Amino acid sequence: MYQYSEFDRAFLAERNAQFRAQVERRIDGSLTEDEFKPLRLMNGLYLQLHAYMLRVAIPYGTLNSAQMRQLALLAEKWDKGYGHFTTRQNIQYNWPKLRDVPDMLDALAEVGMHAIQTSGNTIRNVTADHFAGAAADEVADPRPVAELLRQWSTDHPEFQFMPRKFKIAITGAPNDRAVTAAHDIGLRIVERDGQIGYQVLVGGGMGRTPMIGKVLADFITGDNLLPYLEATVAVWNVIGRRDNKYKARIKILVHEFGLENLRAEVEKEFALRKAQFTGTDQALLAQIETMFAAPAFDVADTGGFQAQYDTDPVFRAWSDTNLSEHRAPGYAIVTVSTKAHGATPGDATAEQMRVLADLAQEFGHDELRISHEQNVILPHVHKRHLPEIHARLKAAGLATANIGLISDIIACPGMDYCALATARSIPIAQEIATRFDELKLEHDVGPLQIKISGCINACGHHHVGHIGILGLDRAGVENYQITLGGSANEHAAVGERAGPGFSADDIIPAIERLVLAYIDLREDREETFLATYRRLGAAPFKAALYPEKQSIAAE
Amino acid sequence: MPKPFTPKVVTATDLLEGDVVYLTADDQWSRTLSDAELIEDEAHAQLRLLFAEGQPEKLIGPYLADMAAGPDGPEPVHFREAFRRTGPSNYNHGKQAVV
Repeated sequence: MYQYSEFDRAFLAERNAQFRAQVERRIDGSLTEDEFKPLRLMNGLYLQLHAYMLRVAIPYGTLNSAQMRQLALLAEKWDKGYGHFTTRQNIQYNWPKLRDVPDMLDALAEVGMHAIQTSGNTIRNVTADHFAGAAADEVADPRPVAELLRQWSTDHPEFQFMPRKFKIAITGAPNDRAVTAAHDIGLRIVERDGQIGYQVLVGGGMGRTPMIGKVLADFITGDNLLPYLEATVAVWNVIGRRDNKYKARIKILVHEFGLENLRAEVEKEFALRKAQFTGTDQALLAQIETMFAAPAFDVADTGGFQAQYDTDPVFRAWSDTNLSEHRAPGYAIVTVSTKAHGATPGDATAEQMRVLADLAQEFGHDELRISHEQNVILPHVHKRHLPEIHARLKAAGLATANIGLISDIIACPGMDYCALATARSIPIAQEIATRFDELKLEHDVGPLQIKISGCINACGHHHVGHIGILGLDRAGVENYQITLGGSANEHAAVGERAGPGFSADDIIPAIERLVLAYIDLREDREETFLATYRRLGAAPFKAALYPEKQSIAAE
Repeated sequence: MPKPFTPKVVTATDLLEGDVVYLTADDQWSRTLSDAELIEDEAHAQLRLLFAEGQPEKLIGPYLADMAAGPDGPEPVHFREAFRRTGPSNYNHGKQAVV
């Protein structure tokens, strides 16, 4: 993992001291709220519905145990004993007090963490495949480049007042677990003729105008990557729209200006910028890469793993859903679900965070990851430790066997916390999970991603959910629209709206009808919800959602 | 024809705590909606809002929120204000925990 240099520590200490002084000046009246707001936002401090909210970056979703313990400390000391992992691999604290925030930031700096650029019209936390460095299907570990991008984008003087925010995601595997096609820039590490390079997607995004990213450059070599990205952001920064914040993201530029025209401008800019990159970035990258060297994997027998798997059905169910293939023999990637049935997706208590930190330290080469799906990953676990890990997760309420299933729901905070929300998300997620747990159907249903957003900004990724749910305010009442057929992987697709929305009371039965219809419609258990939807189209699913229309039509 | 004026309260966020606060008839700031002054006159509402806007050292973002008269004081007419009055629905946190 990346270790902060003296420069990093000094930069962060100075930045935190600046913010501490800004908070004092706001409190003593020297700064108005209008003056203070952009300063607090640049340091991750929002004002939400009931309280302030501090959003802390977890760069490319990677943490060590000391960092996780510090996140637990923040939750306990300055919040209400829990934190919320988000779809951008950040953690949010929902109840900090203004005076405490500088102390929270200093505590984060002790373990090399910060909240810089988790808001504002800047380049946000760079997200990555949560299995990076561990996945069997990986071409290369994307985290060294992600760290280079973090350093390049942090406090980059040219990119502090852009038309709008800018999000970059990177994957090093062909199976895209980082939703790269739904980002302003998506990077895919590819290998061509034995050479590693980057496919650059541009103009993906969700929000009110969801778009799938398009290939801006099919293959960029490593030494050209940073100048190429800088050229891209610079072109958008100059010609991107600033007259309307809803049309300011780079996806609108791609749409209105055209991909070819944008590519031509970027090429021109790249030619100018490339000369300024004299190799320092590559030297730095080489240094960063040494810090991401793979751990010394154990060579050992898998011990009691198989016996436990054969005899303990609870362990077997958990292994079947929550383990993924690791690149090292005898190892597995463990995804720890934060989504016990009825729990708030993405929430972890301080005590749970400490259990995860302990497990990472004892059994996981001291590494943890946060996924955009709001779960926690132990990326490097030897299988002989899995029975004990499972037992300890179970004792902490963290052993739910539901990864990729219907109750593994992404949900934004919605109107329970968010000042922008138009409806609640969390209770809908809780009720769906609880209902399908009662029905004991989710393992039978199989892979099915439900994603819920509490407003059109789509933090809950509803556009790319197999089933998406969007909460709206319709004449003062919460109303939920369903989209179908979205996909968040390398074949990313935006879901199609199924029809009129449902009330909060009617949305759960509607989802139930939809899923039961799928079970009737699928060819066999191997045909997933998405595959069935793609085979049959929306009509039979709409018929299940709106039976009254069918009966009217039949009369 | 102009829309008829609907009753309001002045509400804002407390600068230090981040809590939702309401303006009372005796110029205090209360965490409890039922303590708030229900304003039924448009001109008076603007004056009360100005009063709140004159306190940037303790408040953020004062505004007039629609309310209805209830047996125990003002009551929200929109679910957003109902959440601000109570707290989130997934935990017993926020104002509901104090009650």
